[in-house]
Amino acid sequence: MTMKPKEIDKLKDYKYGFTTDIENIKSPKGLNEETIRYISKIKNEPNWMLNWRLKAFNRLKSLKEPNWQKPKYPKINYQELYYYSAPKSFKDKPKSIDDVDPKLIETYKKLGIPLEEQKRLSGVAVDAVFDSVSVATTFKGELEKLGIVFCSISEAIQKHPELVKKYLGTVIPITDHYFATLNSAVFTDGSFVYIPPNVKCPMELSTYFRINASDTGQFERTLIIADKGSYVSYLEGCTAPMRDENQLHAANVELIALDDAEIKYSTVQNWYPGDEKGVGGIYNFVTKRGACRGKNSKISWTQVETGSAITWKYPSCILQGDNSVGEFYSIAITNNHQKADTGTKMIHLGKNTKSKIISKGISAGKADNTYRGLVDISKRAKNSRNYTQCDSLLMGNKCGAHTIPYIKNKNSSSTIEHEATTSKINEEQLYYCNQRGMDQEEAVSLIVNGFCKEVLQQLPMEFAVEAQKLVSISLEGSVG
Amino acid sequence: MLKLKELKASIGEKSIIKGLNLEINPGEVHAIMGPNGSGKSTLANVLSGKDGYTVSGSLKFEDENLQEISIEERARKGIFLAFQYPLEIPGVNTSNFLKTSLNSIRKANGKKELDTISLIKLIKEKASELNIDEKFLSRQLNVGFSGGEKKKNEILQMKLLEPKLSILDETDSGLDIDALRIVADGVNSFKNKNNSFLIITHYQRLLDYIKPDFIHVLSDGKIVKTGCSDLAKELEKTGYKNFN
Repeated sequence: MTMKPKEIDKLKDYKYGFTTDIENIKSPKGLNEETIRYISKIKNEPNWMLNWRLKAFNRLKSLKEPNWQKPKYPKINYQELYYYSAPKSFKDKPKSIDDVDPKLIETYKKLGIPLEEQKRLSGVAVDAVFDSVSVATTFKGELEKLGIVFCSISEAIQKHPELVKKYLGTVIPITDHYFATLNSAVFTDGSFVYIPPNVKCPMELSTYFRINASDTGQFERTLIIADKGSYVSYLEGCTAPMRDENQLHAANVELIALDDAEIKYSTVQNWYPGDEKGVGGIYNFVTKRGACRGKNSKISWTQVETGSAITWKYPSCILQGDNSVGEFYSIAITNNHQKADTGTKMIHLGKNTKSKIISKGISAGKADNTYRGLVDISKRAKNSRNYTQCDSLLMGNKCGAHTIPYIKNKNSSSTIEHEATTSKINEEQLYYCNQRGMDQEEAVSLIVNGFCKEVLQQLPMEFAVEAQKLVSISLEGSVG
Repeated sequence: MLKLKELKASIGEKSIIKGLNLEINPGEVHAIMGPNGSGKSTLANVLSGKDGYTVSGSLKFEDENLQEISIEERARKGIFLAFQYPLEIPGVNTSNFLKTSLNSIRKANGKKELDTISLIKLIKEKASELNIDEKFLSRQLNVGFSGGEKKKNEILQMKLLEPKLSILDETDSGLDIDALRIVADGVNSFKNKNNSFLIITHYQRLLDYIKPDFIHVLSDGKIVKTGCSDLAKELEKTGYKNFN
């Protein structure tokens, strides 16, 4: 592979920006019924699944893209996109990791995700999704012994149709909103997790999403079910090559926690953010929602958002069960021309429900960062509590930070607390660090990681160090 | 080690240091005393390279022109400033800060960076010499520290980083007598024939514990008198009014 000097230069900034040269099978271009039938057929889906997709597509025809968000984007021509792209070698699905195209194994190795049996990350099971298909899932056997299902959603549709039918679309209905409905019609792959009653999943489950093909949208669908009394911690990572065009990633993630169950969902999102002039980058328009359906259940979202040209997502919790708990910990970093409009929704329906929101927004360059969040405590949700803390850190004077909280409290026994701060990176702190021998970048990295600490602490150990580095790298060259 | 000739410094239109001459040799302890507003802290800031001052005259550290050197490079060459008001950095634990600082300096001087275990051992050793509870290592840097704890933390950093020139900017202010003694002991135990100190203070009492070789009186941006220890006693009696 030869690269022009300019490309090499770029790679220094975004080390995941390479492209894997691999032959693809693609669906016909455009968004229509034929494309949906093509996706369903190539995945050998049962009829009910195809019908579900078509129902969503019909609904989509009457929907419009939402436009209330702060970052605006040029019109997306949905007829010019490919909705399915998979490495050609996947026509006959590889039976084991040995059958997987070495180029793919190499790609994940470069991304720091070894898939081979002997080199796997210890204590972490990985599902690797490349464009529209799952490449491999590690540790499957070990997990099966405990009755845990961890596989691609495509495989779950084949092997566990009863679970998929029962839960798919119950947190994000196919009628939800434009991008969620679009996903329901054309979703390709993603992960499926089922934890049986009273099982504590012994390792981190993780999915690594990679967009490779050009002109392709990625429509990931993930469904996680924690049955009564179970526990799971799940982490997703994302990267994409550097391209001059904007690419769409419209994922749907549904979490369901039954009685006394807990789901911890962490995201380290590092999609290609576009170059310093704002050309290219991923549109990360994602719907993530969790239902605390059972009593005493808990869902905790942690996100570190450093990539994408535009990030637009609100991982939410519907606190249905009495005494259920929802948490949202977020770091959103925007640099250069990146834009983020992110936050959460905490919908309190059950009694004694609790939610906690900790959001850290960091803005540098000419970037714009909005926290938007809803706390809605219903009449029935007696004695409920919410605590929200939103801190914004500005670097330089060309960036922006905004905090937009929506608060609805419909009963008098519940309390909502909201704290928000906006600060500029403190010159005196930088001077202090410099006087102790640190250069500007070391100092910024130290101070910013301190600012984000409450959120970084929530990440699983294996990823916290990576995330800290990512935070520093994302802001390189933004002060000075 | 340090040579200042006709040093002048101003902020905007306001001139603060107005032609200061000072020479500090290895192994010497100099004290600068003076009333509020005489330019003491400005001198410390200018030596460390802090932004915002217009500086002229000659500033040489080991024959290098300091004016061409950034704040962090000065620190790496061995200039240390114990801050009058040490900064709080929320979320950053003290040991991590010390590690980053020490390793930046070691790296710049071609030394191997220390791993966390040897570093913690080293810090604990220095901390116990200063009577600092090791619990403070896991606390956020200076957050919720008392005035005395902050100042002790500065002295700990000094002992850890082993600078050639240590500038103490009113380290004694706000300290009770016990803390004052600990700070002074810290300085005395670190002092040797190769390193030097510039101690900036308003009061004489610190100089009961740290014996300076020279005392300079700074008034209106100039050194108006230089003497030995006795000068501090005299100032304590008569105040600074004779020098205004």
